[in-house]
Amino acid sequence: MKEKMQTVNTTVGIDIGSTTVKLIVVRDHKVVYQQYERHLSQVRPKTLELLRMAGDLLRDQPFTVALSGSAGLGLAKAAGLPFIQEVFATGEVVKKLAPDTDAVIELGGEDAKIIFFTGGLEERMNGSCAGGTGAFIDQMATLLDVTPEQLDTLALAAQKVYTIASRCGVFAKSDIQPLLNQGARKEDIAASIFKAVVDQTITGLAQGRRITGKVLFLGGPLYFFKALQREFVRSLRLSPENAIFPSMGRYAVALGSALYAEKTGDPFTYGQLLERLEAAVTENHTAHRLQPLFESQADYDAFVARHAQATVERLDLDSYTGDAYLGIDCGSTTTKLVLLSADGRILYEFYDANHGNPVEIVREQLLLLRRRCASRVRIRGSAATGYGEDLVRNAFSVDAGLVETMAHFRAARRFQPQVDFILDIGGQDIKCFKVRHNSIDSIMLNEACSSGCGSFIGTFAQSMGYSVEEFARLGLFAKHPADLGSRCTVFMNSSVKQAQKEGACVEDISAGISVSVVKNALYKVIRASSAAELGEHVVVQGGTFLNDAVLRSFEMELGRQVVRPAIAGLMGAYGAALYAQSLELPESGLLSLEALEQFTHTSKSTTCGLCGNHCSLTVNLFSGGRRFISGNRCDRPLGGGSAANLPNLYHWKLEQLLALPRTPGPRGAIGLPLGLNMLENLPFWHALLTQLGFEVVVSGVSSRETYTKGQFSIPSDTVCYPAKLMHGHIAELLEQGIHRIFYPCMTYNFDEHKGDNHYNCPVVAYYPELLKANVAELNQEGVLFLHPHLGIHRPETFTEKLYAALAVPFPDLTKEEVAAAVQAAYAAQADWMARIKEQGRLAIAYAREHGHKIVVLSGRPYHIDPEINHGIDRLIASFGIVVVGEDAVSDLVEPVRVNVLNQWTYHARLYNAAKYVTTQPDMELVQLVSFGCGIDAITTDEVRSILEEGGKLYTQLKIDEITNLGAVRIRIRSLLEAVAERDRAAKRAAPAPAPQGKEAVLHG
Amino acid sequence: MAEMERVLFTKEMKKDYTILVPTMLPIHFQLMLDIMRSYGYKAELLENSGRNVVDSGLRNVHNDTCYPALLVIGQMIDALESGKYDVHKVALMITQTGGGCRASNYIHLLRKALQKSGYGFIPVISLSAGGLERNPGFKLGPMMLDRIFYAILYGDLLMLLSNQTRPYELEAGRTDRLVDQWAARLSGQMRGRGLLSYRKVQENYKAMIADFAAIPRTQEEKVRVGVVGEIYVKFSPLGNNNLEDFLRSEGAEVVVPGLMDFLLYCIYNQLNDQTLYGGASRLRDGVMKWIYRFLVKKQLDIIQLIQAEGSFRPGGYFPHTVQLVDGYLDHGVKMGEGWLLTAEMLELIEQGTCNIVCTQPFGCLPNHIVGKGMMRIIKERNPKANIVAVDYDPGATRINQENRIKLMLANAHAIAQSEQEEDTGDLPMPQYEDYEELAASFR
Repeated sequence: MKEKMQTVNTTVGIDIGSTTVKLIVVRDHKVVYQQYERHLSQVRPKTLELLRMAGDLLRDQPFTVALSGSAGLGLAKAAGLPFIQEVFATGEVVKKLAPDTDAVIELGGEDAKIIFFTGGLEERMNGSCAGGTGAFIDQMATLLDVTPEQLDTLALAAQKVYTIASRCGVFAKSDIQPLLNQGARKEDIAASIFKAVVDQTITGLAQGRRITGKVLFLGGPLYFFKALQREFVRSLRLSPENAIFPSMGRYAVALGSALYAEKTGDPFTYGQLLERLEAAVTENHTAHRLQPLFESQADYDAFVARHAQATVERLDLDSYTGDAYLGIDCGSTTTKLVLLSADGRILYEFYDANHGNPVEIVREQLLLLRRRCASRVRIRGSAATGYGEDLVRNAFSVDAGLVETMAHFRAARRFQPQVDFILDIGGQDIKCFKVRHNSIDSIMLNEACSSGCGSFIGTFAQSMGYSVEEFARLGLFAKHPADLGSRCTVFMNSSVKQAQKEGACVEDISAGISVSVVKNALYKVIRASSAAELGEHVVVQGGTFLNDAVLRSFEMELGRQVVRPAIAGLMGAYGAALYAQSLELPESGLLSLEALEQFTHTSKSTTCGLCGNHCSLTVNLFSGGRRFISGNRCDRPLGGGSAANLPNLYHWKLEQLLALPRTPGPRGAIGLPLGLNMLENLPFWHALLTQLGFEVVVSGVSSRETYTKGQFSIPSDTVCYPAKLMHGHIAELLEQGIHRIFYPCMTYNFDEHKGDNHYNCPVVAYYPELLKANVAELNQEGVLFLHPHLGIHRPETFTEKLYAALAVPFPDLTKEEVAAAVQAAYAAQADWMARIKEQGRLAIAYAREHGHKIVVLSGRPYHIDPEINHGIDRLIASFGIVVVGEDAVSDLVEPVRVNVLNQWTYHARLYNAAKYVTTQPDMELVQLVSFGCGIDAITTDEVRSILEEGGKLYTQLKIDEITNLGAVRIRIRSLLEAVAERDRAAKRAAPAPAPQGKEAVLHG
Repeated sequence: MAEMERVLFTKEMKKDYTILVPTMLPIHFQLMLDIMRSYGYKAELLENSGRNVVDSGLRNVHNDTCYPALLVIGQMIDALESGKYDVHKVALMITQTGGGCRASNYIHLLRKALQKSGYGFIPVISLSAGGLERNPGFKLGPMMLDRIFYAILYGDLLMLLSNQTRPYELEAGRTDRLVDQWAARLSGQMRGRGLLSYRKVQENYKAMIADFAAIPRTQEEKVRVGVVGEIYVKFSPLGNNNLEDFLRSEGAEVVVPGLMDFLLYCIYNQLNDQTLYGGASRLRDGVMKWIYRFLVKKQLDIIQLIQAEGSFRPGGYFPHTVQLVDGYLDHGVKMGEGWLLTAEMLELIEQGTCNIVCTQPFGCLPNHIVGKGMMRIIKERNPKANIVAVDYDPGATRINQENRIKLMLANAHAIAQSEQEEDTGDLPMPQYEDYEELAASFR
């Protein structure tokens, strides 16, 4: 090694994270200077600026220096300066300065980190999916239209906490949006946001290790946000002396870097360091760059002129006399209004962010309209659409509501009567629908995971210090747009980071984000492989397409010109107004001017106790005694009971399983966790173990608490929610004092002779192995966790193999006993499957007798768990629909040959169910897909093509820990509306032409 | 329903069709392609990479499908669209594993993607040990299989030797040149017909080991980092963003368990299925057992030659690797890389390579269990284990991956430093007298 630099007594640590730069100067082991600033992606200039600010201290003598942090990596490399990984730096500093610490939690701008010291050093960072924390809080604050500081203050005044998905920022956002629209208190939402951050840290990072002992909280967010501090202390049940929030928390990494530099670094003079950093301009244009959007101003002008043609005439409201029709589109982030004259011209339009309180915005607008209309203009009809449709309808006595997909279709047809494809990118979602035979044919909505696209541009623009318009304009003439990929916003954040590191300027990033939004829509949502698939006549709309950069990217990516109505952001409201007109009402029931002036709105939150779902309800009270309840999954709290009376196989199956008796037996209790495949095979294992003389104890139906109980031992945060729940089921059994648990591993499932093989998916097959390795209690003295690998597909060898597995823990069992029990088990399972089918037949017969539509809600056996399906079965039933499962109808057709390897028992049923549905005019199929189910990436395309070839619509609902039922409702309503439209068209044009054409050829 | 007609690779096609093969393991695949060529096939290894490949994959495969499928299919369609080939004179080859993992569906996803992009007429050849699909124009005869088998062993040995030489070579590029020379030499030798002479094969092993041992190397101690994971992202530089290069550029020696282990794992699972569930004929079971013992012996021969020469650390011995997971998970876990992935982590740790990158495609189903699911107990029982799990997918950025790997490396260096102070003795390696016993212990 080099000789020690005796003379150097000063060391500098610079921590450059995703959002901020932190600089610290240590002299003679004392911190003499510290500074903290946001860098707004200007990494190098900001670092230089901070260094210059400390110039007086550093100018006179040499010092050592080291860089750290995610943005520091690139700079250190380019400048040839020492670098230390940031988590490692934290670990070093804590070991030195607070050696009695047991664990460290550090939240940064986009990373979350945890370090365990006691019981084996372990340092972890969030996975690439877990999203940001500091940046996430900022984003959420923007969503609520408050500053991050205000968010903190609000949260401290919370009365209740809503569950908000905690795995990923985007998920959380789509949970918060409906809460906002339903009028939940901002204080409560703010607290829920912080709670989500805490939950995310616990599941995403602790991964099976409990956070106990003395915990040190570091990083900016944990320093600034008192509400976050409070939530951590509460969730981890820490006593005050064990929860340390050091004032140096923000500088821990910088300090660690300084200590590292002291040990290993070469000394620099102030001038040398500045020089190195000045020269460290990272090479430009090395990374993936795209074509510029416009080559010249002339190109742009031509483009603008072309799109200016798609417009609606306007009339001056103040000089108009006559009838008018009002459309209100209360979207997830914006509220839009359009008032149409009798001949379809626009009298008034409004578009603005709803600032977290759409009711107030609509009231202001209606007041203004009523005043300006006075007695000259008579509003003869009004209609509302969008996420807040019900809220607005109830608040202001709007005449009608329509599902937003239909509103958009109506509007698009005005601009392009032959429209065959509509793409709408709004603030929160991407919607697209194909039009065939003059009705909506297939609807695609983005999954919760890739949502947030429109508002992403907005939030991002703001975080870089621009308005959305300004930011978009910058991108138009970017020379080398950055290629940021086509994934969810969380990924985009790190792509942006990377691009900036590689020297992309704001212009390039702005253009790159526009291209990404478009790619996301095309490849993730529409899943198009060529422009031809979209059809000839494409209409694009939604506020995001007002951004010329996005529009241009879309046309470039598609290689085709499209129609963007000048009122692209108002199309929902415009369509609603057209609908209001079609109602042909004599007079609108909309609140009068007086009523609007006296309008009041209060909301309170409560929990519904009518069933196990325990929905968080928001009760909105309006003047005049009108009220609106939201947050419910079914219509029971609204006084309706219709859903409860219709046959619903999801509900029925669960009831049957729960009714299996718990019979005391001589061998004592044995527990079975009620999740994954146990939700189908319970009758089998129940019969088997009961017959063997065990008292079979089944863990209860899952709830949110089940999840929370097992949350801390989940090692992989991207596994599906049904699997995650298993941790809680095990915990519940142990809590009940059950010390013997039986949960076999099953590579193979029953062979139903529908496909090429009969596997379970890897997660269903082997989750018991994971539980054994991660739930510490299962390995305790006195606990017996039986998880043998068993092959129920081979009854002829099953007895022998089972006997071998049971003989060790239960040596007194005889082979004869086991053989008899096995026989009983197979009989019980056969009987159960037969009963499901019989019940399915009865339900279908009932539906037909009483004129109800039937939905085959297709998923996996475990989707009957209400915590997994979030009450979607009831929601569908509330539309007067009979719900059956895929297992009830999959035997009614010959096994389907598919274009994939059909090797999983559960999945083979899906294909058959889809095929069967195509033969039944009164049936539709809705597929439930759990987030993270890799196998459904294969099944969904196949089910879709079976249905579409049979002339049916395909609807997929992706569900996870939390599901935004608002979006589900829209999809179900759209489906029903499209089906009704199709039926009407068929009646009009009977005999209907066989549905075929492009699609069939494409897949054929 | 409209089931797609499978386009066969006919005997006529063998004459003038070029078979395109996606790259996974550069050395192994090169040897295997040479063998195919010597059997009269025109074959070419696809080496196109970069953003176009990913974009093509995104367009043509469901985006939630695992990353390897997306890359392999993207690479193929990108190649077809490059204009380099007459698309009416090419066939595609893809491996098909079978088993409960969705990887067994790659070939079907490829066919669907071809159909969708207007290439439905291109024949796709499935390469699998189990013989899932047949093509009249493509047959793996016993002589060809014999050669492919040795190509795997040669490839593993070349990979092992070069990995242990490259970081220490005094003259940059010397190791890679030697790898190329040997690959060419081996291809030449395998050109003829008839069974390969095993004596000759062993001579090759010895000469190879000696050649690599002769490359002048530095004496410095480098941190060793093991790479395990889903087979494609573990091996393929395209799949793992050139992970091995990155690790080496950070001053590490890379340790990658070979491909032979995966093949043995597949055979072992068939035997184990019989133990767990029964049902196979006695003859079939007997034949599989014979093959297993045969292959294991071949692996042992290499290990012994390496040990005899003394300059290099041999790879793990499969029957021993099998035993390592006892007490962690059951050998019934056989989807994807299954128990082997856990076993390889334990093998690395046992051999003193405690720093491990566990690679997987984002959302990989088996790895929830055998990768991330096992890390807790591995660390608990092996306190020195320093494992980082890295997810790969089209949206994951390199900076994110590298930052996490850097954390693992920082710890690795710290551990190495503290160990130097302690000075641990020789690595605990099982003596090879035990090996025969181990192999026999499998019934």
